[in-house]
Amino acid sequence: MRQVLYALIPALAAHVWFFGPGILFNLAVATLFCLGGEAAMTRIRRRPIQSALSDYSAVVTAAIIAFALPSLTPWWVTATASLFGIVVAKHLYGGLGFNIFNPAMAGYVVVLVAFPMDLNLWTAPRMGDIDYQYPTIIETIRYTLTGMLPPELGFDAVSRATPLDQMKTGLSNMQTFDEIHNNPMMGSFGGRGWEWVSNFVALGGVWLMLKRIIRWQIPLGVLAGLLVPSAFMYWADPGVHASPGFYLFSGATMLCAFFVATDPVSAATSPRGRFIYGFGIGFLIYAVRVWGSYADGVAFSVLLMNMAVPAIDYLTKPRIVGHKMFENWHHKSRT
Amino acid sequence: MSAPTFDLGTVHGGLRLPILKDESTAQVIQHVPVPAQLVLPLAQHAGQPAHPVVSIGERVLKGQLIADADGIISAPVHASSSGKVIAIEQWPVSRRFGENAPCIVIECDGQDRVVHLAEDIVSFEQQSPDVLFQKILYGGIVGLGGAVFPTAHKLMEATTESLEHLIINGVECEPFISCDDMLMREHATGVVVGAQILLHALRLDHCYIAVESDKPEAIHALSDALTELQDDRIAIKQIPTIYPSGAEDQVVQLVTRKEVPTGGLPLDVGCLVQNVGTAAAVYDWICKGQPLISRVTTVTGDGVAAPMNVLARIGTTVADVVNFVGGYTERANQLIIGGPMTGRSVTTDRVPLVKATNCILVLSEPPSIGVERPCIRCGDCAQVCPVSLLPQQLFWYACADNEAKLRSYGLTDCIECGCCDLVCPSHIPLTADFRIAKLRMRELADEKARAERAKQRFESRTVRLEREQLQRAQELLRQKEVVKNAGPKAIEEILERSKTRKDED
Repeated sequence: MRQVLYALIPALAAHVWFFGPGILFNLAVATLFCLGGEAAMTRIRRRPIQSALSDYSAVVTAAIIAFALPSLTPWWVTATASLFGIVVAKHLYGGLGFNIFNPAMAGYVVVLVAFPMDLNLWTAPRMGDIDYQYPTIIETIRYTLTGMLPPELGFDAVSRATPLDQMKTGLSNMQTFDEIHNNPMMGSFGGRGWEWVSNFVALGGVWLMLKRIIRWQIPLGVLAGLLVPSAFMYWADPGVHASPGFYLFSGATMLCAFFVATDPVSAATSPRGRFIYGFGIGFLIYAVRVWGSYADGVAFSVLLMNMAVPAIDYLTKPRIVGHKMFENWHHKSRT
Repeated sequence: MSAPTFDLGTVHGGLRLPILKDESTAQVIQHVPVPAQLVLPLAQHAGQPAHPVVSIGERVLKGQLIADADGIISAPVHASSSGKVIAIEQWPVSRRFGENAPCIVIECDGQDRVVHLAEDIVSFEQQSPDVLFQKILYGGIVGLGGAVFPTAHKLMEATTESLEHLIINGVECEPFISCDDMLMREHATGVVVGAQILLHALRLDHCYIAVESDKPEAIHALSDALTELQDDRIAIKQIPTIYPSGAEDQVVQLVTRKEVPTGGLPLDVGCLVQNVGTAAAVYDWICKGQPLISRVTTVTGDGVAAPMNVLARIGTTVADVVNFVGGYTERANQLIIGGPMTGRSVTTDRVPLVKATNCILVLSEPPSIGVERPCIRCGDCAQVCPVSLLPQQLFWYACADNEAKLRSYGLTDCIECGCCDLVCPSHIPLTADFRIAKLRMRELADEKARAERAKQRFESRTVRLEREQLQRAQELLRQKEVVKNAGPKAIEEILERSKTRKDED
């Protein structure tokens, strides 16, 4: 799991470059609470603490939470997400290996619903907005600790709608995709800055794939699941639908494809099942982004597909050598 | 007719393991001299143990029958040198941890005098298959690939219409073991003639010798032997070096592209697999009159002074064999009979070399196994499983003791190759867990059968008791009826009759 963390380092650097040092503080808070929660729960459950902490799974959860949250997030929001993820979603289901839901996404969804305002405080990317006033390091730390901005920096001054938000609002206001895409906040594919973080996330993900730490089925499944419907809709009517490239390189698509959906514990287990699982997530992301009320839908999609895992596993058992196709699908129930 | 050619099949998964055979193949097979004592277990084969036909104190000659086959599936045991039977007793054998089993102990006289064969050796072509089967049975020949199933029984079972291919298995895929490789290099003719005998006995017209492609010397020796014997019925099939290609069902799959059906035998897809060692043993017995009393064994690992392949008499203790190769090194720490993947750890070197012993492995330190962690369902195990199982799911259901799920996920199809253990990042001993789960499953089935029998017994007893009660009631009723109908005079008569009978007594 340590390699998973290494793979996120380029994306972390990009994130700091474009969105300021906020993510570092989020990461620190999340790591503290994830490890704390892990230690407390293993202690209560009388399991060996040393091995639980040294497997780095809690740190990976913390890193994903840190990436999912806006760079300016008060510490209690991060802490709530971390503790819910580790304590409820992970340990109350039996700890590492037994959790049905992805802990990071479960924690993220809780704060998304509980603190909707705080989760909207995305800063503008560097060079995305010339009028934008960037909070300093001190201001970032103060905000993380207190949730207060200095009086001269209003909430509106530092927060900017994310590209996905802009796209969603723009399209619903009858703007065309090209109009929205000409906004300086937008980059070549996704949003300015966001797409670079995505690129570096993908780079780390590809490295993990080459190192065989993750396999291709889930990432490609997610990307295909998002690409197929978005390409079809864009092909059918390019005016009112965003391009597939935009969807692939904005929001948390890449993070989801390479780092979230690939959590083996909560994913489907056979190679075919994994592709279906990934495809389902990608498709649901598209559905939430286009027809849902949230701008991004990664967390919901992942949790929904987590629930579908037992069914996918059941239906995608590989054919055992010496068996006929589908022979081992049915079994007599216990009498 | 020459053997039909077709492309190789493939096997899912598998692992490229370190080969580690160079040390033991550096020199030719060395002959271990007659030891002071031979220990011959009665159960060196699958099936019923043999029963001794010699008594303590009796003098025996090399090649003499000392224990005969007993039961439907069994194999005899022969003395591997001349000497005196000094005991028939429990002795540690190379089962797990060196449990004890009954053995015949011979004190050798060192003269190695050979028993005189009752009949002359005749060319195998002039013998009928049935005669050959009987002979192979008497020769104590068993499958030397590891399963030690009596060869004669396997051959007889296979003589059906559906048998198409004979496969001689020279795929020695486990690290360290090189005895089959060396046997093929040095006794290729024996292997090939053995195959010819088997072809003749099975009335087949072609055969494949499967060898891994990383054994060029063996392949070379075999093709030389084939050219010399001018036999184009036998073809060499080169198999990629991937563990566990040498397992019986996997060899069938690779050579013929057919999958052995679940719970079935290679025979179900028209194949018969025999190890190269078995073929050579058949040759030694049928053509030279020497029963299975010795075998080539690899003695290797960093715990022995000079790793090599030896030809040793069956019954030589591991201690004697290791002494012959220069003894243990200082680092010697654990003794494994068999290979590192499927072998068994033993705690004493008093165990004898038996027909199944293909390797004596002495390692310095147990391979460092990390702490066992929870399964994270990464699926690495499923990627390497040669029978396409999902070990992660099997493990889950084994923990939950869910028999129905274990069945539907194919626990009984597991060949226990150990690939999943090796790749598991959480260091879970999956194969061991599956062995236990299989045992439990068998126990459960036994228990169920016992319960069913008990239930039947109870039910039939209830029925019987009810029937008897009914009969008694009816009898009573009938007697009452008789008495009532008879009247007082008849009663007097009856009483009179019984009285006179008493007087007579």
